Amino acid sequence: MLNSKIPSGPLAEKWTEFKGHCKLVNPANKRKLEIIVVGTGLAGASAASSLGELGYKVKAFCFQDSPRRAHSIAAQGGINAAKNYQNDGDSVFRLFYDTIKGGDYRAREANVHRLAEVSGNIIDQCVAAGVPFAREYGGLLSNRSFGGTQVQRTFYAAGQTGQQLLIGAYQSLERQVALGNVDMYARHEMLDIVIIDGKARGIIARNLVTGKLERHFGHAILLCTGGYGNVFYLSTNAMGSNVTAAWKAHLKGAYFGNPCFTQIHPTCIPVSGDHQSKLTLMSESLRNDGRIWVPKKQNDNRRPNEIPEEERDYYLERRYPAFGNLVPRDVASRAAKERCDAGYGVGSSKQAVYLDYADAIHRYGKGEVNKRNLHNVSEEEVVKLGKEVVKEKYGNLFDMYEKITGENPYEVPMRIYPAVHYTMGGLWVDYELMTTVVGLYCLGEANFSDHGANRLGASALMQGLADGYFVIPYTMGNYLADDIMTKAIPTDHPAFVEAEKAVADRINRLMNIKGKQTVESMHKRLGKIMWEKCGMARNEAGLKEAIVEIQALKKEFWRDIRIPGSIEEMNPELDKANRVADFIELGELMCLDALNRRESCGGHFREESQTEEGEAKRNDEEFSYVAAWQYAGEHQWQLHKEALNFEVAKPTQRSYK
Amino acid sequence: MSSNNLNLTLKVWKQKNSQDKGQFETYQVKDISDEMSFLEMFDVLNEKLIAEGKEPVTFDHDCREGICGACSMYIDGKPHGPWLANTVCQLHMRAYKDGDTVTVEPWRANAFPVIKDLMVDRSAFDRIIQAGGYISVNTGNAQDANNIPIEKQLADDSFAAAACIGCGACVAACKNSSAMLFLSAKVSHLALLPQGAIERKTRVLNMIAQMDAEGFGACTNTGACEAVCPKEISLTNIARLNQEYLLAGLTAEK
Ligand SMILES: Cc1cc2nc3c(=O)[nH]c(=O)nc-3n(C[C@H](O)[C@H](O)[C@H](O)COP(=O)(O)OP(=O)(O)OC[C@H]3O[C@@H](n4cnc5c(N)ncnc54)[C@H](O)[C@@H]3O)c2cc1C
Ligand code: SF4
Ligand code: FES
Repeated sequence: MLNSKIPSGPLAEKWTEFKGHCKLVNPANKRKLEIIVVGTGLAGASAASSLGELGYKVKAFCFQDSPRRAHSIAAQGGINAAKNYQNDGDSVFRLFYDTIKGGDYRAREANVHRLAEVSGNIIDQCVAAGVPFAREYGGLLSNRSFGGTQVQRTFYAAGQTGQQLLIGAYQSLERQVALGNVDMYARHEMLDIVIIDGKARGIIARNLVTGKLERHFGHAILLCTGGYGNVFYLSTNAMGSNVTAAWKAHLKGAYFGNPCFTQIHPTCIPVSGDHQSKLTLMSESLRNDGRIWVPKKQNDNRRPNEIPEEERDYYLERRYPAFGNLVPRDVASRAAKERCDAGYGVGSSKQAVYLDYADAIHRYGKGEVNKRNLHNVSEEEVVKLGKEVVKEKYGNLFDMYEKITGENPYEVPMRIYPAVHYTMGGLWVDYELMTTVVGLYCLGEANFSDHGANRLGASALMQGLADGYFVIPYTMGNYLADDIMTKAIPTDHPAFVEAEKAVADRINRLMNIKGKQTVESMHKRLGKIMWEKCGMARNEAGLKEAIVEIQALKKEFWRDIRIPGSIEEMNPELDKANRVADFIELGELMCLDALNRRESCGGHFREESQTEEGEAKRNDEEFSYVAAWQYAGEHQWQLHKEALNFEVAKPTQRSYK
Repeated sequence: MSSNNLNLTLKVWKQKNSQDKGQFETYQVKDISDEMSFLEMFDVLNEKLIAEGKEPVTFDHDCREGICGACSMYIDGKPHGPWLANTVCQLHMRAYKDGDTVTVEPWRANAFPVIKDLMVDRSAFDRIIQAGGYISVNTGNAQDANNIPIEKQLADDSFAAAACIGCGACVAACKNSSAMLFLSAKVSHLALLPQGAIERKTRVLNMIAQMDAEGFGACTNTGACEAVCPKEISLTNIARLNQEYLLAGLTAEK
């Protein structure tokens, strides 16, 4: 039976109640407890530094050459917090409610409420640590709006919010390294969990520079290893983002929660050819000011600037007047797909829609004219002033667009299309962020916990930092307080020896296949199956086909892959092979989960379950649960259901009209 | 959008490991679309090399969006290649003509030893941050964020310095392999903010001491670093660093 350990009592008091009664570890004992943190993105760096500050002995791992390069660095738009600095009606309750509703009622109320409660502390903490958020002329913090909400609660640093937050957490982490509280292992990849007497007690990691395997003991282990969007090959994730750590934990007993819940982001630069290695996001914040449209005529080949206003279809404003261009991501993505599938797409591939800044430039230009008290200003002058404002807000994004496409978005509308972006699914965790393996925790994007079937913009950064700074330092006490008598287990313990041998055997097997196909080409094929059959729209027949195809791909992979070089050296192809092998297995589970969930909710759109207007149709009677999958041998899983109870935010059909 | 295909000759530095002496290898790549990124062109090359049973070229990369700072190639004598304010992952093949020969090397600096081919060890930068590139606050109990108003200009300047991605191009461009631009960006980011001003003296002294210990060279104000910096970190940061250093040196109680 799954025990989510949600504290009793009224929703708004659960966290306070929990903190008041959770077990504590005294400072002298903390020094004896060793904690392994795998992953040093926002979740991992904030956890490792906070635990180091508390006095635990921490070892932290990442596969990049420095913790400062984790995928979190790429987050653009912002981070939410219920500060209500804008006096526009925001509150902890509203942030909680928006997140539950945005997630299409598939998240746990207690976790989400806690997230909203600590959101304000995150901003305070980050400012204290020197994160240079955007400010107003009066010196106070500035906010912007994001999709799925009607208040301005998003804090940002131009289009580089993730970078600034990660640098803040990284600096705190390096401070703990300097103080000797954290040992940092960069260019290391965790390849297995070691379990002793039913508890997670260590990891096997590979030093990516030397290729050597290492054993590391910990009283507890935190996986903060990010999302698995790269199972689709093309995504907005960094090239190295992978599922391996979470997958190894899954094979060792950690249940996987809602694996099919994937977020397809509406505003990304479209695919330009077969050579494409990744997709680039254009931050959702651009939907604040930009307007999305397609021509009213099918297959209209005119240039965008030649299409008069009355011949443009601002389809989001038309279909969703209340939220307009700011509908949640899943809704915006499906609407773009619908228009393109119906023949209204633009650009050479016809798989794109326009994101247009002409109106915004004009509006901001007018604003500047008023602010500066200018008179007799020419239209050109207004546009020039407007462009300056837009540049300040979104300059780096516009530059990025121009570098990639060779087009100037200040002059012509951007072409955008949805792309895989984020995974709401992940390792199942209880209220304390512990997985179903005792002593093994999971934080950040790697867990399934807070976003239900669709994540709202600017809330992943919030969740990562909430987990690392403000949740785990408390919740771990409940476990560690009972573990203070456990001495460090020597790594020549048979469980370590056996785990290391299994990892070594697998690597040898991979290297010895010596087949014909490259890892990259296999990964591309997996991605194609996933995108076509488990992507923006899913149906029973397609998912069943996908499972068969993925099983066949797995056989082919293990028969015909070719990895150059040797084991005991820097060998990125081998690293990639290890990861892709796990993605293939995950792909099968995602399709199985999507097949099982015969309803549409959030980003999971089952074609069989839609309203007459083509909106996602939930089925609360049958599917108001978290699907937690237990691994039961190759191609086999057992489903456990965690029922979701909504005491405060009563489920209704989501409407953004 | 036009899409033209290019055939190119690549001269790429190959070095098995830090002990190996290393040498250039010449490769031909064909039918490269000008819509590809420079790294995608390397992907094509590597796929071809693997298929031919040869060793692919190892290089650092991750985000491919110009923000993580991992990518690091010295292309035809310029860190990150020909475009201004750009990282290699953002460089696109539009920059080249059919028939071009392109030479690609790793960052070269004593403080950045080569790991393999184009991949170098930049952990010295982490150790410089460890020496003081932070504000000493523990998690919890920070005051309300809006209790620290900060003049917009100062906040913007601090942000501009904090935009450094730690790529090391500044070091690679400098004939002395100085890390001053990187260091000054961090010192400016923190010293400009009231929260960071408290530790400004010890910070600058300790970070500079660490930079020297790592074997980076001295700054002779040539400005090669600024010219190649993908994030346009300005030389004025170095001027600020020097002021901070002087001030700290005059008043530090040792
Ligand atoms: C382009 C882009 C823009 C985004 N913009 C926003 C935004 O504006 N607002 C927002 O809220 N969210 C945004 N997101 C989402 C958000 O950035 C991520 O969800 C979040 O940063 C994930 O943080 P994390 O700490 O969980 O994982 P990551 O930052 O992905 O870190 C994972 C860490 O785990 C390590 N790791 C992984 N596997 C292993 C292993 N086997 N062994 C050792 N180490 C391992 C990695 O080295 C890394 O240190 C964006 C995402 C993308 C792709
Ligand atoms: S200062 Fe510029 S060149 Fe140097 S590390 Fe920072 S971003 Fe790179
Ligand atoms: S790969 Fe991240 S900056 Fe180039």
